[in-house]
Amino acid sequence: MAQSEQEILDGLAEIVNEETGLSTDSVQSDKSFTEDLDIDSLSMMTIVVNAEERFGVRIPDDEVKNLTTVGDAVAFIAKNQS
Amino acid sequence: MSPLSPKGTGVLTETTGAAHARILGVGGYRPERVVPNSEVIDKIDSSDEWIRERSGIISRRFAAPDETVVDMSEHATREALAMAGLEAGQIDAVIVATVTHPYQTPGAAPILADRLGIQGAAFDISAACAGYCHGIALANDMVRGGSAQHVLVVGVEKLSDFTDPYDRGTAFIFGDGAGAAIVGPSDTPAIGPTVWGSDGSQWKTISQRDSWIETREKKIDFPAITMAGQSVFRWAVWGMAPVAQKALDAAGVRAEDLDAFIPHQANMRIIDAMIKQLKLPEDIAVARDIAETANTSAASIPLATERMLREGEAPHGGLALQIGFGAGLVYAAQVVVLP
Repeated sequence: MAQSEQEILDGLAEIVNEETGLSTDSVQSDKSFTEDLDIDSLSMMTIVVNAEERFGVRIPDDEVKNLTTVGDAVAFIAKNQS
Repeated sequence: MSPLSPKGTGVLTETTGAAHARILGVGGYRPERVVPNSEVIDKIDSSDEWIRERSGIISRRFAAPDETVVDMSEHATREALAMAGLEAGQIDAVIVATVTHPYQTPGAAPILADRLGIQGAAFDISAACAGYCHGIALANDMVRGGSAQHVLVVGVEKLSDFTDPYDRGTAFIFGDGAGAAIVGPSDTPAIGPTVWGSDGSQWKTISQRDSWIETREKKIDFPAITMAGQSVFRWAVWGMAPVAQKALDAAGVRAEDLDAFIPHQANMRIIDAMIKQLKLPEDIAVARDIAETANTSAASIPLATERMLREGEAPHGGLALQIGFGAGLVYAAQVVVLP
């Protein structure tokens, strides 16, 4: 069943927390993964793969570079989840 | 006119080989010059800390300008022969895995064989960072099939010649070196089934930047090796951990039975993530030669093996799971008994 954007944001925050140790509160829609959260490219890929599994979406490698902010990722997942 | 019929008078003889094969000795060669991160950071606007965080690499070795892949292979081979207790004359086949022998033709293997006084079969294989494990698979089948008794398998790279020092994605990753193994007959099983395969749809993920023809026609710079790091990371961790598990299953052993895990030394982050995905028990020694050797492609697994044995991290006669993966994309994994 499709999840709401808030549910996706909460789930994504947990995934980011597990990979980086950042608090879930710091993972807000307007935050940039690289600039604000200091997440490097390999951690980003780990987050992407874990998000694919959790939300049942496929996030192609070419798409990852377009996910600049947490909100971008939430919107992509919301649009593409089955 | 009726179709030709074969004469049918000749009956072929087939060879039969040893019941089993094993790695009888390994050797490694690390070029003399140590290149710390501080030497590569200026050209990629980076820092020692940045490189360590992203790769676990502290330093690498670069071969001397006039030092060739054949030179490095010879050093590693002499060490492997010594461990195996064999003379070069007892080797009847030479396989060199490399992507940095700078001659399109001929291969490096015949030149190496000549250096060692070997006149047996000698050929190169192009399977990038998985080349050594491909070579072990071939050598195992050759010894068991009877086409050779003692096979020399070398993984060697002089990646410093094929790296763009200004490319932020690769300049800090690669290093030079050679590793060698001698595969020969055994009374007991000592090389498990190889689990191998490819995904050529991703061939551009790790590739020479331009073909030799494009380089000539467009008069462009020497085509260094490029890599899409994120894509490689995804494939290496989530694609290769199941392959490693399949190699364990095919060999009929459990992760708990291993004495060592020796993955291709691509990146410390890949190694750590693979261990997590594989749920490898904590007491199993893991090769981390990358810290001081960087990624030496085909040479990385035999170099790491040689180091683990020399430093007492893994026991002679122990079981090791080795997995190579790289440009192609191609991969090969097998469980082996350490020499």
